[in-house]
Parts: sequence; C-alpha cells; structure tokens
Amino acid sequence: MPSEPTSLLQGTLDLLILKSLVAGEMHGLGVSRRIQQITGGTFAVKPGSLFPALHRMEEEGWISSFWGESENNRRAKYYRLTKAGQRQLDAETQRWVRISLAIGQALEA
Amino acid sequence: MPTFVTVRSFLRNLLSFHGVDADLDEEVLSHLELLTEENIRAGMSPKEAQRVARIELGGIEQVKEQVREELIGNWLRSVLSDCRYGLRQLRNNPGFAAVAVLTLSLGIGANAAVFSWIEGILFRPYPAVTHQERLVAIGGTSRDEPGGTPLSWPDFQDLQRSCTLCETLFVSKITGTTLSIGERAERTTGSIVSANYFDAIGVPPVLGRGFFPEEDQGQSAHPVVVISYQLWQDRFRGDPQIIGKTQRLNGVMHTIVGVAPEGFYGTFVGWGMNFWVPASMEDIFEPDGYKLEDRAARWIEAYARLKPGVMRQEAQQEFAVISRRLEAEYPATNRGRAMRLWPLWQTPFNNAGTLLPTLEIMLAVVAFVLLIACANVGNLLLVRSSARRHEMSVRLAIGAGAARLWRQLLTEGLVLSLFGAAGGLLVAYWCRHALVLLFPARGGVQMHLPGEIDWRVLALSAAVCLVTTLLMSLVPALQTGKIDLAHALKMESAGVIGGRGRAWVRSGLVLVQVSLSFVLLVGAGLLMQSLLKIRTASPGFNTRAVQDTAIDLVSAAYTPARAQIFQDALIERVRALPGVESAAFAKMTPLSYVSSTSAPIAVDGYTPPPEESPTVEYNEVGDNYFVTMGIPLVAGREFTRADGEKAALAAVVNETMVERNWQGRSPLGQRLQLKGRWMQVVGVAKDSKYSSVREKSTPFLFVPLRQNSLRGSVLNIRTPVAPQTMAAAIAREVHALDPSVAPYELITMQEQLERSTSPQRVAVTLVGVLGGLALLLAAIGLYGVMSYTVSQSTRELGLRMALGAGSSNLLHLVLSRGLALTGAGVLLGAGTALLLTRLLGNLLYQVSPRDPLAFGCAGAVITVATLAACFLPAWRATRTDPVRALRTG
Repeated sequence: MPSEPTSLLQGTLDLLILKSLVAGEMHGLGVSRRIQQITGGTFAVKPGSLFPALHRMEEEGWISSFWGESENNRRAKYYRLTKAGQRQLDAETQRWVRISLAIGQALEA
Repeated sequence: MPTFVTVRSFLRNLLSFHGVDADLDEEVLSHLELLTEENIRAGMSPKEAQRVARIELGGIEQVKEQVREELIGNWLRSVLSDCRYGLRQLRNNPGFAAVAVLTLSLGIGANAAVFSWIEGILFRPYPAVTHQERLVAIGGTSRDEPGGTPLSWPDFQDLQRSCTLCETLFVSKITGTTLSIGERAERTTGSIVSANYFDAIGVPPVLGRGFFPEEDQGQSAHPVVVISYQLWQDRFRGDPQIIGKTQRLNGVMHTIVGVAPEGFYGTFVGWGMNFWVPASMEDIFEPDGYKLEDRAARWIEAYARLKPGVMRQEAQQEFAVISRRLEAEYPATNRGRAMRLWPLWQTPFNNAGTLLPTLEIMLAVVAFVLLIACANVGNLLLVRSSARRHEMSVRLAIGAGAARLWRQLLTEGLVLSLFGAAGGLLVAYWCRHALVLLFPARGGVQMHLPGEIDWRVLALSAAVCLVTTLLMSLVPALQTGKIDLAHALKMESAGVIGGRGRAWVRSGLVLVQVSLSFVLLVGAGLLMQSLLKIRTASPGFNTRAVQDTAIDLVSAAYTPARAQIFQDALIERVRALPGVESAAFAKMTPLSYVSSTSAPIAVDGYTPPPEESPTVEYNEVGDNYFVTMGIPLVAGREFTRADGEKAALAAVVNETMVERNWQGRSPLGQRLQLKGRWMQVVGVAKDSKYSSVREKSTPFLFVPLRQNSLRGSVLNIRTPVAPQTMAAAIAREVHALDPSVAPYELITMQEQLERSTSPQRVAVTLVGVLGGLALLLAAIGLYGVMSYTVSQSTRELGLRMALGAGSSNLLHLVLSRGLALTGAGVLLGAGTALLLTRLLGNLLYQVSPRDPLAFGCAGAVITVATLAACFLPAWRATRTDPVRALRTG
C-alpha cells in the first residue's frame, strides 16, 4: 500500500531496508551488513539511523519483529517483511525507477 | 490496516512504555555484542573489539533517544513524563508548592469569581428563560433624560402590535407587598406582568397555569396570582392542593392559579420575585391608581426577545419609527419621547445598570491581581530555576534541545497553574454568591445576585490559566536560553547562580508588582474618598435628625377613608411622643428605589420648547413635611392641615423649576396644571436630592397628600431619640390603634442615604480588599528579591565590613536599594494610574481622578510596606560575618 511520499533520503533508507529483508528475516546488524553488501559498500548505515528507521517501519506495519537466536546462539531481535511491506517495496521501487529515469534524463539533456 | 497498526503502536508505546523501553535496551545491547563478536572474528582482541564496536554504535543512550523520538505518541509521552517530573518537583518543595499554588488560586479564583458574577448578573441573568441571549430591555427616553424611564401601558401595547422584528414583548415591573400568612407577616417582592409573561419567557408553571390573554385587561378585573416555588415551599408548606386557594395581597383576595418552577426567580436583576400578578391588578400594587389607559403614566418595565438573526440596532431603528409615529399621534403625552433598546447588561431599570461600572472596574482589578500573582510565582520559579541551573545544563549536555527545555518548563508551569486553577475554581465556587453579602438587606428582604459558573466562565478561566502559565514560565524559560554550557558545567551547582541579567529580571518583576499595587491603592483611595464625599454630602434635607418608617395600610385592606382616620390618629400620637420634634407623612422617601412619580404638567404663561419633556416628577407630602425633613423654604409657606380636600389645590415647587418655568420670578400665586388639575403655587423649596445623591438639579414639585392619592405610607419623624427607641415607640403606637398592623423597619435618613450608595461601597470594599491582597503579594515579592540580593552579595557585604562599613551603613545600603526599586515602581504606577483612574468615571463623586491625596496616600502605604519588606533582609545584611563571608564567598 503506497503511503505518503517520504523525503528522498529517508525514502532511500526505507527502500534499502525493505530490499535487504526480501532475502529473509535478519537482525539489525544483518540488515546493515546486507545493505553494505548489495550497494557495493556505498551505503554504511549507522545504528543511529538504522534503529529509528526499523522501529518506525515496524509501526507503519511494513516489517514485523521477533526475538530469535543468532548464528552464535546469541539472543537478537529479528525483522521480517510483511505483506504491507512487500507492497510498499513495490511502490517505492517503481517510484525510485521513475525518479532515477527522470534525473538521468535531466542530467543527459 | 495501517490505522489499526498505528493506534495499536500508539497505545502500546503509551501504556507499556517500560516494556517497549526494556525491549529497545536489549536490542541495542545485543547489537553491540554482535558487533563485538564480528570484530573478534576479524582478529581483534576482545578489548579492542568492544572499543571499536562502541565507536561504531555511537552511544547507547543517544541511539535509544533517537528511536524514542521516532515512536508514535512520543510527544504525549514526554509531556506526561514532564508532568510527572513537575509533580515530583512540587512534592519535593512543599513550601514553594504551597505558596505558588495559593497565590495562583487567589489570582485565578478572583478572576473566575468576577467572571461568574458578570455572567450571572449581567450576561445570563435569567437562566430559566429560553433564548435569553436574544432578550433586550426596553427603556423610554426623553430629551431631558436620555438614560431610561419607564414606559406607559398604551405605548407598550402599540409596540406589541407594531413591532415586526421582535419575537415577543413582555412586561415585568417590580412591586412588593406585605405577605401575611398564618402568624407571620413579611415583605416580599413580586412582579406585575403582561398576560403573555410565562409563555414569552418559556417558563411554564409546574402547577396550575400562567395567565390567560384577557387577564391583563380591565381595572382590578383579574385577581389571580402565580407564586414562586420558594414561596410555595416556605409559606404554604408545598401544599399540593394550592391551586385555587386564595391569598390576600395588598388587601385584595387573589386566587393562586399557578406555581412557578424551582430555581426561577423572575426577571429582575437584584431581587428574587416571589409572586406574579397580571397587569390588570396594577392599581392594587402601584401608586396613582388605574393606569392601563393612561398614556402619560409611565410605570412599566419591558423586555423584548428579538427574532433570530435580528441585531439590536435594526430593532432599534424600527422602535424609532414607532415612537415617532406615537409622538405624532399623541403629542400631549409623547412629545420628545422615544424608546431605546438596551442589552440586558445595561438594563436601566434594575440593578444591572448600577452594578455594571462596579463589575467593569472589578474586571480590571482582578486582572491586575492576576498579573501580580504571576509576577510573584514567576519570581519564585526564577529562584528555583537558578537552583536548577545545573540540572538544565546537564539536560542540555546530554542532548536536549532548547525547545525541549522550554517545553519542560512550560509543562511544569502548566502543572502548577492547573493546581492554581483547581483552587481558583474552588474559590470562585465559594464566592459565586458572595456579592450579595456586600449589600444590606432592605426592609428584611435580602438581595438576589447569584453568580453563574457555566461553560463560558469555565472556558474563560481555562484561558486565564493558560495565560498565567505562559506569563510565569516565560521568565525562567528565557533564562535557560542563556546558559553557557561549558561554563555552567565546570562550576558547582550552587554559587554560580545570579549574575546581572537575572537580578535585573527579578527587580523588573518587583517593579511591575509595586506599580500595579500602587494603581490599585490609588483606585481604592479615590473610591474611598468619593464614598466619604457622598456620605457627607448634603442632600438638601437633614439626614441626621430625621428617621423614617412606613405603615402599609393598603396591604392591611384599609379603605382610603379608614386609612385617613388611622393616619390622623397616628400622627397625633407620634407627635406627642417624648423627643419627637415634628412628624409628617409622605408618599415616597427620597433616595429610595421607588422615589417619585412623574406626571404631565402645564404652567400658566409658559410654553415649553418643543424638545422639553412635558412631565415633571413630584411627591405627595403631608403637613409639616418641610419642617420635618429640614428642607428650607425660600418663599411662601409649608402645607398645613388646612390644605385638605375642600381647600384650594396647592403646590410647592423647587428652585430649579422656578428657574425653568418662571425664569426666576416669584411663582407665588401662579397656577400650574398637574394631571389635568389646576393648582396654585404656595411655596418655593430649596433644591434637594430626590432619587440619587449624584443627580443634577431637576425640576420637582410637592403636592399635599390630602388633596391627592391619600396613599402616603411613609412616616418621617424628626427627633434626636435613638432609632431603636423610636422604632419600639412607633410600633407601640401603631399596635395601640390596630394590633394587626406593624410598621416597617425604621431607619435614619443617613442610613437611607448610605444604602443608596451600595455600588460605591461595594466597589470600595472589593477594590480595597484586592488592593490589600495585591500589596501583600508585592511586599512578599520585594522581600524575596531583597533577601536574595543580600544572600548573593554576602561577599560584597563582607568586604565592605572588612573595609570599615558599620551596620548602619549596610542597613542604609540595603534599604536604599529597596526604596529605589519602590520609588521606580511608584513612578511607573503613578503614570499608569493617571491614565487609568479616569475609567472609574461615574463611580467617582466630586473627586478628581488625579486627586493628590489618593496618590499621596497610596505612595505612603507602599513605602511603609516596602520598608517592612526590606527590613529583615537589611538586618540580616548587618549580621554578615566578614571573615566567613570572605572565606566562603
């Protein structure tokens, strides 16, 4: 379900978090490392931005959380994509494609 | 659904905040551990791994705070936590809390009480009446009296027929009677009303009926009465069979046809009504006989309810058209006359008009008191904020923004002023009916001046509470903006407080308090002086040696002939009493509510200019009246026993009338026509006051009682005997003639005069009390500032002592600082007072609003209060131990 337009930067972070969770449920550090990986190291998300975003998105209903065990048997809070989150991801992706196309055209003109 | 999710998150964040917070705590810690683990795997030592992890995380508390700010409902949560913190602060400082809440309660309570008076007396005086917001009062005007005079019944009926912008018009004219039920006889008030009264006001009787349309027609044709619920309960013991029973009122048996609902007190500001009779019974209750067909007899008080959406001005224009038509049709009675619509709060014929200026002044006064209270609490908060400077610095250091701190201070202020508002509403609730206590009961009947605490009063009080919060929190809040973080944290929490800026603000607050108190004291002084002037003013008759009472023979069912015999017998007995110098009957007492009647007049050889009112006010008086009252005659003679029914009709006129009608030439022997009868002027009386001490001289005339209505019931007695003794003697004489008749309360004319000054007295009392309160608050504020200054300048004082200053020098130093502050405050206050006292306007009587005595006294009182407030701090300054002061300071 597309929500109200978010600011570009915040929207980008949301998009990246949603995208990284497509691969499956993971904890905060996992999300952070996954983003680093899929953007080829361009984005390093600091905890100070990551956690507020995760909690906000959980309140939006895009992701849900549960406590689980990490690879090394440590308790960690895991996040997974919800149906609403999947819809949001689709909408945001389309928007992003449209914007990047537009900006690409603008820069080539 | 997102909305559902949002609401659920909101509730969870709010209700199980500790759960949410613990969860967050654990999550961040687990994140830190995962990071550390990752670093160890990358080959770092555990210690190094933890350090790097911490650097990457960047501060556990900051991350948590950043998350919290993203949470839904965070704003409300932090306000609630500020409230909790504010409450804890109050609990930890009970002394501060008590003083601040008490001060605010008084400030807000005084405002709420005055609001409730204004609402209940001026704006919404008749809570039972439907759509009272569309009610207007109708007053007659003439070119001489733009104020407001009664209307005549025929004029009212024409209005009722012609007015298209009014939904309804009705008459409600106050009257009174002596009610004898069983053994007990007492005065009670009631209304003469038009037959449509109960329908028009939308108050159907709870028992029986209202009046039938034909019941306001014909002379004494419909002796029916509707009684109040109160009367029904108190005097008829709630008799369920009351309808159809009879009760004697003013000597005529009336059938009780209805009982008004509980809580309905009629439509008159100042007195509660206990019975209502239709206008046809007017000649039983009113002087001057049957007046329903007399256009010249102006006696009724009327109201109109405008149709929805009609403005008073529009209706006023229609009324102007109607009165011009009446003027053209009936020049003999209506020449120069018009009608005016008044909003209820300016009703000219009840106490609304007289209380309006007093209540306006009160509104200003309580606003002043509130400002002073705010300044005082603001000062207290400032002291506390100095003590909390360290706390504020820490809050800033760990990441709170200035806006967040302001919000916290405002929330704390709000907690305080909410307590103040709660206390204030309690004060207002206790005081809502208190206004009536300032008025003496007249003839045993207590006034009815209820305050009304409705949603409008509550809303206004809430607004006052918010303004209060802003005003008093503003000062400390502005101060926090100036905190220099690094500097403040380096210092110890104590001892760094103060500084020039802060001292200046505190002095500024005291300055405001002193100047506002000064204005109030000047106001109180002016009102006090004018009250004294009124009390000592000569109304043109003797006030000390004349006493008056009344014997209501009409209520006792006397015929005019029997009444005459009774009065003749009584006056002989009274004149024979020891100590009585003279005695005389009269129809009306000067300066009382019902003081004089007016009637059309014509004077031989005098053609009134077209704009002059063709009526004049007059009184009917018995023989020896002028000698008894001490009104000097400048020419001619006094009425005697010989001015009876068979003698030539006589009149005594006053000097103003001689000036107007005879251009100052002697009128003795000239003729004038009053109510269609020609009479001869036999004397000229000096001007005196007739209905109010403050009236300007008006034409007035006196006619002999025996030649007119014979219904004079007021007995004036000139005697040096004490009123109590005289009252007992009169009662004895009256009882000797007829055991069933009792005289009214006997009072001196001085007492009469003082009762007519109620608005002034109420204003003086209230302004005086509140001015005193303001002064007390200002003195406390000054004391606070001076103590604070002394405690802050211990080092300086110690140094001065070490350098050889004696205690008297120090005393002088501190006192002169206090006095300088006061002096500045008085100057500021004097400037303000010069601008504001003019607003006292017509409450002042022969006192200039710039009266130097009032200003001087206010200054003196303030100075004394200042010295008292400064003395203790000054004395403490002299006790400074220079060694300790220099070592610790």
